[in-house]
Amino acid sequence: MNVETFIQHSLNSLTLGSLYALIAIGYTMVYGILRLINFAHSEIFMIGAYFVFWGVTLTVLPWPLVIVLSILLTAGVGIMVDRVAYRPLRDAPRISALISSIGVSFFLQNVCVVFFQAIPRAVYRPDWMEQPLLVGNVRILPITLFVPVLSVLLMLGLMYIVYRTKTGLGMRAISKDIETSYLMGVPVNRIIAITFGIGSALAAASGIMWALRYPQLQPVMGAIPGFKAFIAAVFGGIGSIQGAVVGGVTLGFIEIMTVAFFPDLAGYRDAFAFILLIGVLLFKPTGLFGERAEDKV
Amino acid sequence: MKRILALCMAMIFAFAGMAWAADDTVRIGVFLPLTGQNAFGGQLELEGVQLAHKEAGTVLGKKVELFVVDNKSDKVEAANATKRLIEKEKVQAIIGTYGSSLAMAGGENSEKAGIPQVGTSCTNPLVTQGKKYIFRVCFIDPLQGAGAATYAYKTLGLKKAAMLVDVASDYAVGLSSFFKKSFTKMGGQVVATLNYQSGDQDFTAQLTKIIAEKPDVLFIPSYFAEGAIIMKQARELGATFKIMGGDAMDNPEITKIGGKAVEGFVQTTFPYHPEMKEMNATAKKFTEEWKKAYPSKEPNVNAALGYDAYMIIIDAIKRANSADPAAITKALAETKGFPGVTGSTTINETHDAVKPVGLLEIKDGKNTYVGEIAPEL
Repeated sequence: MNVETFIQHSLNSLTLGSLYALIAIGYTMVYGILRLINFAHSEIFMIGAYFVFWGVTLTVLPWPLVIVLSILLTAGVGIMVDRVAYRPLRDAPRISALISSIGVSFFLQNVCVVFFQAIPRAVYRPDWMEQPLLVGNVRILPITLFVPVLSVLLMLGLMYIVYRTKTGLGMRAISKDIETSYLMGVPVNRIIAITFGIGSALAAASGIMWALRYPQLQPVMGAIPGFKAFIAAVFGGIGSIQGAVVGGVTLGFIEIMTVAFFPDLAGYRDAFAFILLIGVLLFKPTGLFGERAEDKV
Repeated sequence: MKRILALCMAMIFAFAGMAWAADDTVRIGVFLPLTGQNAFGGQLELEGVQLAHKEAGTVLGKKVELFVVDNKSDKVEAANATKRLIEKEKVQAIIGTYGSSLAMAGGENSEKAGIPQVGTSCTNPLVTQGKKYIFRVCFIDPLQGAGAATYAYKTLGLKKAAMLVDVASDYAVGLSSFFKKSFTKMGGQVVATLNYQSGDQDFTAQLTKIIAEKPDVLFIPSYFAEGAIIMKQARELGATFKIMGGDAMDNPEITKIGGKAVEGFVQTTFPYHPEMKEMNATAKKFTEEWKKAYPSKEPNVNAALGYDAYMIIIDAIKRANSADPAAITKALAETKGFPGVTGSTTINETHDAVKPVGLLEIKDGKNTYVGEIAPEL
């Protein structure tokens, strides 16, 4: 493999990894605060992409505006899912909320099959996105550069919110100890709703960029990327935002580089993600950046 | 007391239900992928079946009842679908399905229960091999692979081929091996064979490797769901080689999803197209009826196969003068020269239909029927 091919693979890995990272952040934030793995997150990812499709085909609004509206609408869907499926189970055993999230996942997927039908749909891509840029023999689609840059910006924005605002302070407090947060007057339900909103918005952004990169929509498109992002979140340490980002990018690299170096194993590509998950759970269950939850007496 | 009452009511309804499953209807089951990866093909075939049912709704003086079950493009669901059709709906024949893996999975139950199953577009030879009750109205993949190879090597003069195969699909694995066999037999060289899984969306790693091997043609025996994106990604990575595929790539949305990337794509297909130059009488009738029933949709070869599958069962029932599954099976096996939309259908010893291999090419954004190729086996 020559240098140019390697650079090609690396850029593809970076793009794929950034997309996984954005989804993984949503998983990790919700887990950090609620100790809940939100299985419906992969469908939120898919809905974000579909809203853009709907907006573009049914309205005459300019495309960038459709994207912004889709992200906001999807954040709304995420908040509604929390309100309807998770909030009533706040005091129930954790497994109830988990099962509820699986139910929501199936529900959203099948609602989309009903509304949008299962046929793969074309994604509108403006012409400037269709032209690859040539650097030597390396061909880069604009979107390949666009995704990591935008992802970094979104993540920086998120870090600002979590570490420099009162809402973020509330999020960190709730993830440390939800009972005490209630007692200390933190508006727990509102902050949880905001967390879902932010996580869903990031998933929608990822879904839209995914659809631009791999321009085909199907109601099941969220299932596998969502699951891989979940693995990335676990790998990076579930509950840690930095972990989700590192985990996502790493998984992207592992996936593409394995196929690049061992093309005969390309059929087993998904298996590597799962092997990673099993490895992490066996050898370092808290992940790269995870905190050991010690019960202090 | 309440429980006894409930039990009595349940038994009354059960017996009543059984009484209604009388001999005055002919029950035909249909299992197709209406959701999931292959939903598009399944939907079209169902519409073909329904069109035929509208046209020929009674046979031997009895009404024909259609029972449709969605196999969700999933092998397990396919097996469940035929089980349900056989055991719950007590059908006398089954139509299905699009997708060889699904046909094989569902066919296990039909074979065991002795219910004749007529496949629409499942082309892998294993679907009918060694089976007594499974048939199909389409040709099989050794023919298709040879047709594609003949067109590539002899007609287009392409000497080096690469393949990108879906390892999770019996259809893809089979068709790619038949293509390779024919292509190398003619003197061609397969320079690279790479794999992926159904549902994958990122093929950049595999395509980058393929491009490095400099083939003249890339053969992708995939389903339309992945096919359009593979072509798009290949062109984005700078590939200029010809791309060819098999019948499962047929999908009117392909030009919308693939845009300029799919220009020049050639696929083998079954010998029907609404704009083919020489149409037989049944094909003309089918095209007219379709345009009346679905004025906004183009008639498609999958629908034609669905139509043929239904009609061939009705024909078999007429010839056997009975709707008994064993009689239908015998009559199906003896089908000779049945005038189908996709051509004159004769069921051979392996229960497959012998048909010419058609070719479709995307020219100027339109899927055009180029003609037929005589495969060199």
